[in-house]
Amino acid sequence: MSNRIVVPFGPQHPVLPEPIHLDLVLEDERVVEAIPTIGYVHRGLEKLVEKRDYKDYVLIAERICGICSFTHSVTYCNAIEHIMGVEVPPRAQFIRTIWMEYSRMHSHLLWLGLAADAMGFENLFMNAWRLREEILDDMEATTGGRVIQGTCKVGGIRRDIGDDKLGEMVDHLKKIRPLLEESNRIFTHDQTVRHRMRGLSVLSEKDAWDLGAVGPVARGSGCDMDVRSSGYSAYGELGFKPVTFSHGDCLDRCLVRSEEVLASVDLVERAVAKMPDGPIEEKVTGNPEGECFAFSEQPRGECLHYVRANGKKNIVRHRVRTPTFTNVPPLVKLLEGIELADVPVVVLTIDPCIGCCDR
Amino acid sequence: MSYITKSPWIIHYDGSSCNGCDIEVLACLTPLYDLERFGIVNTGNPKHADVFLVTGGINAQSEAVVKNTYEQMPDPKVVVAVGICACTGGVFRECYNIIGGVDKVIPVDVYVPGCAARPESIIDGVVRALGILEEKRAKMAEKGGK
Repeated sequence: MSNRIVVPFGPQHPVLPEPIHLDLVLEDERVVEAIPTIGYVHRGLEKLVEKRDYKDYVLIAERICGICSFTHSVTYCNAIEHIMGVEVPPRAQFIRTIWMEYSRMHSHLLWLGLAADAMGFENLFMNAWRLREEILDDMEATTGGRVIQGTCKVGGIRRDIGDDKLGEMVDHLKKIRPLLEESNRIFTHDQTVRHRMRGLSVLSEKDAWDLGAVGPVARGSGCDMDVRSSGYSAYGELGFKPVTFSHGDCLDRCLVRSEEVLASVDLVERAVAKMPDGPIEEKVTGNPEGECFAFSEQPRGECLHYVRANGKKNIVRHRVRTPTFTNVPPLVKLLEGIELADVPVVVLTIDPCIGCCDR
Repeated sequence: MSYITKSPWIIHYDGSSCNGCDIEVLACLTPLYDLERFGIVNTGNPKHADVFLVTGGINAQSEAVVKNTYEQMPDPKVVVAVGICACTGGVFRECYNIIGGVDKVIPVDVYVPGCAARPESIIDGVVRALGILEEKRAKMAEKGGK
């Protein structure tokens, strides 16, 4: 019988940009069990609702995570707007949708780069991040921020995008689309990528449902679940279809993301084509009273914001369930039975965002 | 930049940041800003590092890790606090789990403000830190010579 040893992995570790700790129980080179410890970046920001005005809190909700920042602020605003019965003008909904899709593109490109780095494909890493900068240029030109935007507010958005700029954005996306397709071709065709990822850590469709996987992890295993199908913001008018793959291995989780980048480009193009005229915000007065669950599809999966308010300017309770937190149980399952050398790649395929996960 | 006599290596740790500053630190190393052309390399090993970049405020869990990483780095070393959370605690300063800025735990040489700190200002902060690193090295050599 072989000896069991425990290898600590993290929180400060060369392959991890963020702190998570895993105790890996090994038998020779194989992982038999993984025990995660989370909470290294816990700030307790949900408690801050008691000290901040509900309108100012949008900026803190945005800072739950620096990558899916805009989606967090929109989800929080959706909850408040639902409680207060505020009708957000259609132009604001469309522009919110455009920014959410830009967040998704930059997040997925960031992830594709990190995944390439984890398997030692430095060139692809740099290429993905070069493309990401192109997306961030437009993000910065329209919102003023690269990763934290601060343009969402209760009742609408803070700044409009002019029709000229919308046209320029579409032209820019048309220009970088072939580059994105080329980068995707590397993921689908390159021998190195296939060798490292095909057949590694398979998550069956049943396990994905049972363990509560969300986002690209679930869609890579064939589950057709994407909150954008429910049509919040402007998604209902854009004819959205989820991207799914069926193998459930690391490569499919990766392909879901690379395909979604192109799907986001399409969504932005359609949103610009259908862009309605009109105001960009609805004036909001008074304080919220009631409770609401708001859902949204972040780059990493389904995200839930729960808000309960009692008619005062401070909210009583705000609770966020983020996709990374929900994807930790599938991660533990994925790590069982793989070799130690594959651990970095497999940990990355759930796209861990510890800032979201710990809050 | 004439004072870069060696290739300074960087280690990065996320104290309790929202990731915004972390991805900007990584963006400094990728093609648009490309710090690696100056020989600046992001390492994961504290024993190899000269510059310690900390993002985010310090919380109860990360306090020991930050201290430990700092102590493992060889002298001379400099610490750069990246982002307003690492400088003072930022928007999270009133959260129950936030102790405050990085300077509550370890000495900080350069403060880089911003939410999220822009790659240009991070690069500026690191370049200033390299000047301080050089001064520290000269002081150590002086001491050693006597």
